[in-house]
Amino acid sequence: MQAEASSAQVKRFEEEFARLRKQQRLQLIGFAIVFLVVFKFAADISNFTPQRLAAGLPRIGEYLSFTLPEIRLTSLFGDVAYWYYGFFRWLGLLFDTILIALMATIFGAIGGFILCFAASRNLAPHFWVYFVFRRLAEIARTVPEIVYALIFVVSFGIGPFAGFLALSVHATGALGKLFAEANENLDERQLEGVRATGGNWFEVIRFAVLPQVLPNFITYTLWRLELSIRSAAIVGFVGAGGIGQELYHAISFNYYEDVSAIVLMIILTITMIDLICEKIRHRIIGKESLH
Amino acid sequence: MSLSAAAIDTGQLSVLRERHPRAFSLTPRERAIRLALLLGLLAFVLFCLYRFDVTPARIMNGMDRFGKIAGALFPPTARDVFWDLFKAMMESVAMAFLGTLIAAIIAVPLGFLGAQNVLPIRLLRFPIRRSFDFLRGTDALVWALVYVRAVGLGPLAGVLAIATTDIGIFAKLFAEAIENVERKQVEGVRAAGGSAVKTMRFGILPQVLPIMLSNVLYMFESNTRSATILGIVGAGGIGFALSDRIRAHLWDEVGFIIIMIIVVVALIDFLSHMLRTKVIKAGTNRPLVLTEDAPTFSDADRGKSR
Repeated sequence: MQAEASSAQVKRFEEEFARLRKQQRLQLIGFAIVFLVVFKFAADISNFTPQRLAAGLPRIGEYLSFTLPEIRLTSLFGDVAYWYYGFFRWLGLLFDTILIALMATIFGAIGGFILCFAASRNLAPHFWVYFVFRRLAEIARTVPEIVYALIFVVSFGIGPFAGFLALSVHATGALGKLFAEANENLDERQLEGVRATGGNWFEVIRFAVLPQVLPNFITYTLWRLELSIRSAAIVGFVGAGGIGQELYHAISFNYYEDVSAIVLMIILTITMIDLICEKIRHRIIGKESLH
Repeated sequence: MSLSAAAIDTGQLSVLRERHPRAFSLTPRERAIRLALLLGLLAFVLFCLYRFDVTPARIMNGMDRFGKIAGALFPPTARDVFWDLFKAMMESVAMAFLGTLIAAIIAVPLGFLGAQNVLPIRLLRFPIRRSFDFLRGTDALVWALVYVRAVGLGPLAGVLAIATTDIGIFAKLFAEAIENVERKQVEGVRAAGGSAVKTMRFGILPQVLPIMLSNVLYMFESNTRSATILGIVGAGGIGFALSDRIRAHLWDEVGFIIIMIIVVVALIDFLSHMLRTKVIKAGTNRPLVLTEDAPTFSDADRGKSR
């Protein structure tokens, strides 16, 4: 009796299992077909063939090996000095790059701050105000920095000013959106409290919203600085100042060893900024968690 | 002392003010520090503006020219090259797709090599992890320019550029995902007599695959954005048309291209978000890397910020 029941159960289980397996397999095949179609389409449209890849790959290895400097142990200092012959000029350009990133982050944070209260659903005076400002922020951050840089180079001339403006606009959009999201996650009770004591809109923002969101704003701003330094290193490609211009020249005119020297300096700078930002972030968050 | 709000008179208030000065206002010292910081910031901004060679005349002229350009962006028109532009846009998306795909495939074995629980030898792991950092530390646009020199103009350079930075990003993310797997399942496979390869296949892979797929989709979104600009250095896609139109001052077409980029990026974001949440169900985890909209916070910080 019991054996019969359990064998029926086993049978049911097996059927169910087989059904699930089949369903899963069909799903997988479906995805595979969609994927292959998309892949074929993508490969066709971008002219991507195994032959071209095979022809290109060795050339990349060759190129990269050209960029490596010749450094012998016997004349180490001389070789490094030769490799970094432009060290102080590059250092100056890197300084510009860092300034562009810092300035863009400062102005982006100010812009985002001004934008964010109107762009958050719970603080905007009207739905349409929220809608317009939120979309504005999103559009500002969807357009890549380098596109702004191209336009600002045409209107404000070549140099770091155009790069600073381009990165600022992008950062304003990105930070405006993030700040607004932070605003939307806040605790409503404190807003009620300030409103109940007769506070107007500005007082609500100052005494109920800001104390809650300021730590978030600071971490987001630091995060933006890490991204801005990366972008600031490349806006020079289109003439918007900083080390990018020099790198663009080095690559375009095949000054192979300059390429590796500059790239190394950029990576070291970015790593340094990241480490500093992380330190500050941890200090702020550490302080927060003490409360 | 117990107080009810109605009972506070000015005498009590001044007592309270004396006892808890910080509850009423900042101390003079704090005020001075704030003022100094503000002045320092102002001085820094002024110094930068001076160094950037910003003059009122330059700002005025620039605003004037920028205003004209902004006006000329509207109405955005494609003239008779709509299909060319559309094809170039599709080329950008295709570049992002292929680049992400290639990077993901190459990064899986690299991710295993970079994970502490798979490769416990620190001396070997260290250079592997640092080379990931190098790959992702260099911007895709720099790689694109290098690849244009190496393999010539066209989308192939763009695909390779996206793949190169993404190998670094994926390998790091995958290695971290692998390091965070549940040990029990791995030990279960090992106890049942599974070889090292089988342990990876049945013990680790099922745990990390959803995370990997989610990260890949996420990066596809982000790469679509980068793929739109790689053309500026000649690596294929819409970027070439864009920089070309800007240099030729064809502003209405520039406006059209920018709007097309915004729409397509939004569309890809939407599709990828849907796939991540509905199909993989791991979509809520944003990868911990620097991309346009995923702030890079460590796990400990993340609880706080959300």
